[in-house]
Amino acid sequence: MVALAGASFAGEIPQAERRSGYELMSRETRAMQDDDTANPGMLAVLEGSALWARKTGAGGRACADCHGDARASMKGVAARYPAYDATLKRPVNLEQRINLCRTERQQSPALAYESRELLALTAYVARQARGVPIDIPVDARTQPFLDRGRAAFYRRQGQLNLACSQCHDDNWGRRLAGNTIPQAHPTGYPVYRLEWQSLGSLQRRLRNCLVGIRAEPYEYGAPEMVELELFLMWRARGMAIETPGVRP
Amino acid sequence: MRFAVAFVAACCAAGAASGGGANAQDSIPASLTGAKGDPARGRAIVTNRQLGLCLLCHSGPFPEERFQGNLAPDLAGAGKRWSEGQLRLRIVDSSRVNPATIMPSYHRTDGFTRVAPAWRGKPVLTADQIEDVVAFLTTLRD
Ligand code: HEC
Ligand code: HEC
Repeated sequence: MVALAGASFAGEIPQAERRSGYELMSRETRAMQDDDTANPGMLAVLEGSALWARKTGAGGRACADCHGDARASMKGVAARYPAYDATLKRPVNLEQRINLCRTERQQSPALAYESRELLALTAYVARQARGVPIDIPVDARTQPFLDRGRAAFYRRQGQLNLACSQCHDDNWGRRLAGNTIPQAHPTGYPVYRLEWQSLGSLQRRLRNCLVGIRAEPYEYGAPEMVELELFLMWRARGMAIETPGVRP
Repeated sequence: MRFAVAFVAACCAAGAASGGGANAQDSIPASLTGAKGDPARGRAIVTNRQLGLCLLCHSGPFPEERFQGNLAPDLAGAGKRWSEGQLRLRIVDSSRVNPATIMPSYHRTDGFTRVAPAWRGKPVLTADQIEDVVAFLTTLRD
């Protein structure tokens, strides 16, 4: 497929009309996200800060032993993930990056997707990018992954034969039964979702949408998932990270 | 979107040949089962959010149902706007009327991508259920 970044699709949302899911929420839910003492995601951030400093694995080292104070070293980092990993020769998302540090630097087992610890560490790191505009560098190495993510976003799939774009480009702001369809910008992840009553990763959200259209969900961490994440982050370029977001 | 339209156009040429003895026109005049459906069962299917899914997108004359969708026309009056055969075609495979539609094809099993294992090879609704839904929609006359 030809390089598509920058090409315009019929249904694509013009940059000036992009809205975070935050802006489509009720006033109460927005207030919950805005107030650190009311935002349930802040509990995970707090837990993440403790894990950041805890020594683990055969290496007996903490994240802080290599990276120091996360408020400085992790500032803005989440805004450029998924990022290309030169060794693996593919983009890795923030959860995968954290697990690479654990397995390679700390000689500690990888944390499971959606485990409390991985969500907490991810939320803590991403919190250090709150307010920072998303900036996914596109170059010859990342372009093919971005293009595949884009193709997946526009591909009809599942028994209901719907593409992500048919809801999130073409029908955002409308109601799917009781839910307002957002534009699908991944600005708040991991988010505390009121329906889940827990924190969840972006991939958990994507699996929900795939299950909703009765498509086979990709496995957590699957390359296709990371490609979709990469495309969504690129599509949200310039928008500010809100982690930990709250969503209905 | 250009890709999606091309994809659907390609898939539905095949769909038209296999869908319940339909012609390529605007209607499937004959019942899929040879029998008449039951409007009361049809109403229950239409309002069931796991089975019919209709109210995810449509609203309709269902005062007891909260949270109806607004991605699609109101179902009130559908039985006046369309004949029974036209309604049947639109439920069986509305992509034959509008290749770009977001409305699922309720009684087609081919031409899909990455269907979850639990649904693979199965239509959203059985022929009996389609007839019940059609029978109900024909009663929506105002
Ligand atoms: C039939 C409609 C529909 C389709 C198709 C769909 N989604 Fe969604 N999506 C929703 C709705 C509705 C929500 C809001 C959450 C809710 O209330 O369920 C949502 C939420 C999201 C969010 C969260 C946005 C936020 O503010 O946190 C993302 C990201 C997302 N979808 C991505 C996708 C991707 C990627 C696909 C395709 C693989 C997809 N969606 C397919 C309806 C859809
Ligand atoms: C994912 C969205 C979606 C779902 C689910 C859905 N529809 Fe539709 N339907 C549409 C749209 C959009 C149209 C408008 C025509 C078009 O775009 O093809 C439509 C058109 C129709 C029409 C003809 C329009 C008219 O004038 O009334 C009927 C009848 C209809 N749908 C019935 C149903 C029934 C019954 C169900 C459930 C068994 C259902 N639909 C499920 C989206 C949907």
